Amino acid sequence: MEIRVAAAADLKFAMDELSEKFEKQTGMKVSVTYGSSGNFFSQLQNGAPFDLFFSADMEYPKKLESAGLAEPQTLYEYAIGRIVIWTPTDAKVDVTKEGWKSLLDASVAKIAIANPEHAPYGRAAVAALQKAGIYESVKAKLVYGDNISQAAQFVQSGNAQAGIVAKSLAVSPAMRDGKRWEIPADMHPALEQGAVILKDAKNKDAARAFLDFVKTPPGRAILATYGFEVPIKAKQEEKR
Amino acid sequence: MEALWLSMKLAGYVAAILLVVGMPIAYWLAYSTWRWKFLLESVVALPLVLPPTVLGFYALLAMGPRGPLGKLWIALFGHGLAFTFGGLILASVLYSFPFAVQPLVASFEGVDRRLLDASAVLGAGRARTFLKVILPLSLPGVVTAAVLSFAHTLGEFGVVLMVGGNLAGVTRTVSIDIYDRVQSLEYSAANRMALVLLVISFAVLSVVYALNRRVWTPWTAK
Repeated sequence: MEIRVAAAADLKFAMDELSEKFEKQTGMKVSVTYGSSGNFFSQLQNGAPFDLFFSADMEYPKKLESAGLAEPQTLYEYAIGRIVIWTPTDAKVDVTKEGWKSLLDASVAKIAIANPEHAPYGRAAVAALQKAGIYESVKAKLVYGDNISQAAQFVQSGNAQAGIVAKSLAVSPAMRDGKRWEIPADMHPALEQGAVILKDAKNKDAARAFLDFVKTPPGRAILATYGFEVPIKAKQEEKR
Repeated sequence: MEALWLSMKLAGYVAAILLVVGMPIAYWLAYSTWRWKFLLESVVALPLVLPPTVLGFYALLAMGPRGPLGKLWIALFGHGLAFTFGGLILASVLYSFPFAVQPLVASFEGVDRRLLDASAVLGAGRARTFLKVILPLSLPGVVTAAVLSFAHTLGEFGVVLMVGGNLAGVTRTVSIDIYDRVQSLEYSAANRMALVLLVISFAVLSVVYALNRRVWTPWTAK
């Protein structure tokens, strides 16, 4: 029995761990495909064979729901994402001290973000830059990753000198060594992330079981390890 | 349309560079009798079988500040190669290499050896023989090489996605633009661009096949 999950790229490491734990507990197999939420949304509208969709925002799952492509009542806000400015260890600026100012530094020629046209993390990055009042000054430095993973890879490989990436990726093994500065949560619209079970899911019970696992304290603890905030609504459920 | 123009420009540069670089290599491949020649032939053909991700991955690493190419480039020009038009040209030249070299080799090999011998006997050096005998007789092959490398670069996607950074007017080629529009659910805009590309590709291939029709070629001396 296999659960096919489409997951936003920011979930790469957290979802690997979630599915691994779930597989150990239940013996069911979870196969996860990572990509940009917008791309998945477009594919799901055209009948992509997934059981569960973990988006990087609430909009796409809501749209799927209103288009009748999602199983009713399954929309669940599983996490709130955070973004950080990340630089490699050999960067000439210290982002932990300089914060926003580091992006204006002459040594930073390129800043990688996710494509704001279809990646929620890209939209958050642009909103935060605007709020910080430096969007116009750094606009010419921006390069766009197809999704947040690619943006992270652009800066991790050193091709961009700084990046605005998901905290969940910045704390991952490959990027843990770099320097990061957390962008205050109030500087961009909250990155509320929702999941839905899809109407055409082959295996709805198994998909439900996996989603339920994500809602449990151990599931949420894994998300928290990767820098996600656990949404308030979910906390209330926990109390009940 | 900016993206289409950018793609055309990129494809034009790449085709021109490949003709210049590809000719001596194709000449050597066509006439060398070196026993290990097949190794070089395999290298030339590699981009035909490698997925763009392999090329894109190595290009990204090589172009970065820790890669050999990136180091050299930064020393020369003060900035990296990734996310620049120059970087795209370089990656595309590698990616389209066999599409230029293979038709050239085939047409050089097709030239009647007796003509080359005659040319030599009449006192012409290798360069002169190449320019006066081989090149004119290989003209359809040269045009095929130019057109195919142009068309192949026009249709490039994976490598550009991996090293481009999606910058409007710099690295956002038409294929990337179409991909973006599909993701943004702008299907009609995507469709317009895709149709234009389809028509151009068809026209280009028609030129190639038309040129290779025997009846039309004035050089049927063989």
